[in-house]
Amino acid sequence: MGPKKAHRPGGRRRFLATAALAATAAGAGCGRAGSSWRFFSEDEGETLIALCEQIIPADQDPGARQAETAHYIDRQMLLQFQEFGRVYRDGLAQIDRASRAGHQKRFIELSAVEQTALLAIFEREHAAFFRLAVTHTMQGFYGNPRHGGNRDAASWRMLGIPEPPIRGRLKG
Amino acid sequence: MALPRVNVVIVGAGAGGGVAARVLSEAGLRVAVLERGGWMSAADDRKDDLRNQRTTALGHPFGPDDERNPRVLVDINGVERQVRPSGPGYCNNAACVGGGTLSYGAMAWRFHPDDFRMRSVYGRIGGGTLEDWPFGYDELEPYYEQAEWEIGVSGDDSANPFKGARRKPLPMPPLPPTREYEILKPAALRMGLHPFDIPMLRNSVPYQGRGACMRCRWCVGFACEIDAKNGTQNTVIPRALATGNCELRTGCMAREILTNSSGKVTGVAYFDESDRLQQQPADVVVVAGAAIESARLLLNSRHRLFPHGLGNRHDWVGRNLQGHTYTGAVGLFEQVTYDDAGPGAGIAICDFNHGNPGVVGGGVLCNEFIRLPYQFARQIPADVPRWGREHKEFMRRYYRRSITIYGPTQEVPSFECRVQLDPKVRDYWGLPVARLSGRNHPKNVETGTAMAVKAEKWVKEAGAIRTWLIMPNLGLSGGQHQAGTCRMGSDPKTSVVDAWGRVHDFDNLYVMDGSVHVTNGGFNPVLTILALAYRNAAHLAREWRHRT
Repeated sequence: MGPKKAHRPGGRRRFLATAALAATAAGAGCGRAGSSWRFFSEDEGETLIALCEQIIPADQDPGARQAETAHYIDRQMLLQFQEFGRVYRDGLAQIDRASRAGHQKRFIELSAVEQTALLAIFEREHAAFFRLAVTHTMQGFYGNPRHGGNRDAASWRMLGIPEPPIRGRLKG
Repeated sequence: MALPRVNVVIVGAGAGGGVAARVLSEAGLRVAVLERGGWMSAADDRKDDLRNQRTTALGHPFGPDDERNPRVLVDINGVERQVRPSGPGYCNNAACVGGGTLSYGAMAWRFHPDDFRMRSVYGRIGGGTLEDWPFGYDELEPYYEQAEWEIGVSGDDSANPFKGARRKPLPMPPLPPTREYEILKPAALRMGLHPFDIPMLRNSVPYQGRGACMRCRWCVGFACEIDAKNGTQNTVIPRALATGNCELRTGCMAREILTNSSGKVTGVAYFDESDRLQQQPADVVVVAGAAIESARLLLNSRHRLFPHGLGNRHDWVGRNLQGHTYTGAVGLFEQVTYDDAGPGAGIAICDFNHGNPGVVGGGVLCNEFIRLPYQFARQIPADVPRWGREHKEFMRRYYRRSITIYGPTQEVPSFECRVQLDPKVRDYWGLPVARLSGRNHPKNVETGTAMAVKAEKWVKEAGAIRTWLIMPNLGLSGGQHQAGTCRMGSDPKTSVVDAWGRVHDFDNLYVMDGSVHVTNGGFNPVLTILALAYRNAAHLAREWRHRT
């Protein structure tokens, strides 16, 4: 019915496949034996972390890596972002392909300067995916910790705004 | 099988429907209210920056459901696409008990007296359908007052010389000023403007058994955690239920307004919360589903005598869809402007609602509600990179050092901005969905631009070191302020309802929501929707007494 519904069958299949994988991993041993990723592969996850960290890099304040923004995106791939599964898979693969073509290395093996330079070009050539990744990284970094990003309210601390106030708080 | 007959069935438990339920049930009529959403509370969605009615990155909590309620949007290039409630272009208003009033920003504006006579003041505007209301501000004044006192408004507009006369002050004082307010007020006074405290449907002091606002930053788009924001869900609807004459049914989706063979309205057919088709016979039907869904319901209700939908003999149902063309300016400051005191908006000027040379109308200018961090991250000037070190630095430096002045420009409505039934797409219940099309009248872009420039002057006078404009566009306007699709008027050939909200061809079918607005004021429209419902429901109750 809705536009999301049209994507639903693929999304649900993926969900079941991923759920089955997770179940296998859990069955194989303790929970930690499995991947910490719900949707992405280990390699994809590593690339995503590096991409997010470029979008919001650490400086005197934590960046996207420390705020676990990629974790936010990974979680939402099975929830609100189901329709973007293919876009992310392709986009992350393309980043690594561009990196191998230029440097004979994976993206995560590049220096920060090299990564920035690569993404400046990548942004122009893959605008739709890059815009999406920027949007989701901003959500994960500046949104609520409850969704798996903004770990320890890192961004809110950086901005100097209080965490959720106590009921009945008055001004001043 | 039909349910037991009621006197009135109301479709929609939002602003208009909630008030109508209270007025009619207290007058002794037996009322059934059908609401497609649920009875929600803040516990259903706690202070979530990414999931609320304003920022829908992770969906929206107060409806309507994304999967069940598509619409079709035809954009200004003629390209049509299916849209979902939480996505762009849908023109969503919440679907739940209280409607938009559960999660709104709660500005409680009375329209300006000239807002009721736009045609007389500005003449005929080519390509537009500017018209006067069938009555003026004075007619609505007592009902504005009733809404302010029964639902509860704080604020102080005594320093606003441009307002229509009021008999009674607001029942609650304004909230204490924010830092933005303290910066903006002297600047406005230096410019010879007339700043004052925005009237808000929000408790500044305990009122009617509920407490005062705790000043959190999660306000517009959210349900209030402590129930200090006043909507129909915590005022008139409980009051209606307390009469014993009113039954509220949630999860109920209206299918059509029923008519008998002679074309008289006899009730409403709806799908209940278990998707069972029900028939609710009623002496009177009140439609209050907001401008898009009310028009859709009338269009989806057909009869041999009204093959194009009820009230639509002259093709006016769904026409003149309008909202507000929002524009303004953002200013960056050296000093900290942020004090984390919600709701954030607090100061306004009405100096530019009318009398702006060369443009039609204007609108109120206010400081904007608190911009949550994710919202702010996306509202950056064009020359700041969208990502990387510089973007982060911009956030760190300016999140707490910015003021946005923002306001709703009153629109010249267009006949071509409209709600139709889509010929192909159907909703979960198999009903044709709303198809939205049209483009904003160019005059609204002109006026909106003029207002943005005025906003920028104010924020500059306040000390902004850098400013930029929030500009209008030609996209279809609707959204939470949607209005106009069942225009009020005395001529059945150029309007849908009469001055009491009664659909012209019928003696027992009414529309009581923003649909009936001829024009939508240079203000947030909710207090006008509430006041109109008080007035028109009281009239309906009087008529009822005469009839029986």
